[in-house]
Amino acid sequence: MTARAKPRLGVFKFSSCDGCQLSLLDCELELLAVTDAVEIAYFLEATRKDMKGPFDVVLVEGSITTPHEAELIRQIRKSTKALITIGACATSGGIQALRNFKDVNGFLEIVYARPDYIETLDTSTPIAEHVQVDFELRGCPINKYQLLEVLNALLNGRKPNIPNFAECVECKQKGTVCVMVAKGMPCLGPVTQAGCGNLCPSVHRGCFGCFGPMETPNTDALAKRLLTELGQDKASVMRSFRNFNANAPAFREESLKHE
Amino acid sequence: MANSQAVIDRKDLDALFTLLTEEGYQVIGPRAEDGAILYAPVSGPDDLPRGMGDEEEGGHYRLSNRNDAQLFGHTKAVQGLKAHLYPARQKLWSAEKAGHGFRVVKDSSPQPRYAFIGVRACELAAMVIQDKVFEGGPYTDKGYAERRKNSFIAVVTCNHAGNACFCASQKTGPDVSEGFDLKLAEILDGSRHVFLAEAGSEKGRAVLERLPKQVAEEGDKNAAAAQIDAAAKGQKRAMIAGVADLLAANLESPHWEDVAKRCMSCGNCTMVCPTCFCSTVEDTTDLSGLKAERSRKWDSCFSIDYSYIHGGSVRNTGASRYRQWMTHKLSHWVKQFGHSGCVGCGRCIIWCPVGIDITAEAKAIGKGA
Repeated sequence: MTARAKPRLGVFKFSSCDGCQLSLLDCELELLAVTDAVEIAYFLEATRKDMKGPFDVVLVEGSITTPHEAELIRQIRKSTKALITIGACATSGGIQALRNFKDVNGFLEIVYARPDYIETLDTSTPIAEHVQVDFELRGCPINKYQLLEVLNALLNGRKPNIPNFAECVECKQKGTVCVMVAKGMPCLGPVTQAGCGNLCPSVHRGCFGCFGPMETPNTDALAKRLLTELGQDKASVMRSFRNFNANAPAFREESLKHE
Repeated sequence: MANSQAVIDRKDLDALFTLLTEEGYQVIGPRAEDGAILYAPVSGPDDLPRGMGDEEEGGHYRLSNRNDAQLFGHTKAVQGLKAHLYPARQKLWSAEKAGHGFRVVKDSSPQPRYAFIGVRACELAAMVIQDKVFEGGPYTDKGYAERRKNSFIAVVTCNHAGNACFCASQKTGPDVSEGFDLKLAEILDGSRHVFLAEAGSEKGRAVLERLPKQVAEEGDKNAAAAQIDAAAKGQKRAMIAGVADLLAANLESPHWEDVAKRCMSCGNCTMVCPTCFCSTVEDTTDLSGLKAERSRKWDSCFSIDYSYIHGGSVRNTGASRYRQWMTHKLSHWVKQFGHSGCVGCGRCIIWCPVGIDITAEAKAIGKGA
């Protein structure tokens, strides 16, 4: 069996917390297999090696919040064959997209002693609003098995097995009792994309929507249920949708209804 | 010949578990876990949900305390026995790279032998429906067939109806006349706590023969019959008559759009339905590309990928997806398999996060027709 040429992998970060790229280091047992399969050419969390492009595949974490980032992502796009965005920041704008609902200058004045030193954009936006993205991997943070699956699929020339259906399917396949129906807890599961590994419902917590809207999110129906049978007030419903994926269109539109 | 009946005392019920375990079965029965009744491994009567009942409504479920000693005083578990007989994920085969091609490695792991205790009429009816799906045609599902053949089924008849139950109108319960190995009716009258038992197969007769038992009295038989009667009469919901033809004649009803406003396409109804059998096949590889595996996974007609064909998905609206599910279940299923695909357990009503009620939607379509 002849070895495949090792694709060159770059991992880049924009406005984000680093958690998603650390998922790659969190692969533990699989990590050696990953380094066997790809050449890690740029990944500052893992190596001081600072190899220049071109790359075969680039993982991008974080959202675009500064003019510098908006320029840098264009250069990265030019230097890679495949560009995969990872995490809620890169795919929807992240928690920092809360600024999109307000005037960013107000935050600058409160947070920084010298706001005039800060050069920032009015909004936090996903990478796909700036350059063409080949695959978006959701999550806050991403699930390491899903990350491995995406790399694996790319290496083997197949479609990644990343479902876009609701988290409810993951609950039922795992045998997790519905916290909404059996405990009356608010849960975003029915409108959230599966993939987290059923983290919150399996420890008796409602889904927080970390993986963003599922493929056909009927947020209106869920919000109505939260406001009636589940006894939530408008402010709670607004906050439920205005979270890590506040800027994802379906969640954004629903949260605006409850302002 | 009518099957002979006997009475097993509550304190002798341990013997049934011991016997089944000795016979090599993994005993699966109802347990109260995570605020619900679940089918899970049980080692004896002490694991059963003693004194527990359940409240059910559209999108609502709570365990309740019955303040009695009944072991089967609940109505039904969150999920039927689908997850055991037809697991959510099942490896079909794997392959290894060999020269320019690959070598297929068949999955030959032995199938489990389950003894199911506490199976309800609707759950047994659902198994019979899935038997037809997986074993009825020229291509049988060997894994399912083996697990099903290996299984021992101890039915417990219902003594009351849950609020979402409508098995009487679907003619799948509450009584059970065939398809079981053992049928039990729990009778609790003051300090007397017994199970009226009846064998329904050779396997069941062999087990019943070895259990400590007494002769069944007329009073016990009457009590069991009265329970079934109460479970039938207590049903608050019913599927309207002639629903198969009604739905077939109303494929363009404006009501589908009305349901779509409420339906979230989350797939819960299909996951908890004990007869829903749709699956997808998933191929995975290892990073090196030297090994691959093919698995079968539960799928749902509410997902976009489910109806994806070249060029896109054919069911892009909530209305089209709900219509597909409901008309298949209640109408096309009849043409496909000769009977309805709904056993009237009401799980789709209970576990729908927004409480969409299949019986009410059928009525609404009837009114609009």
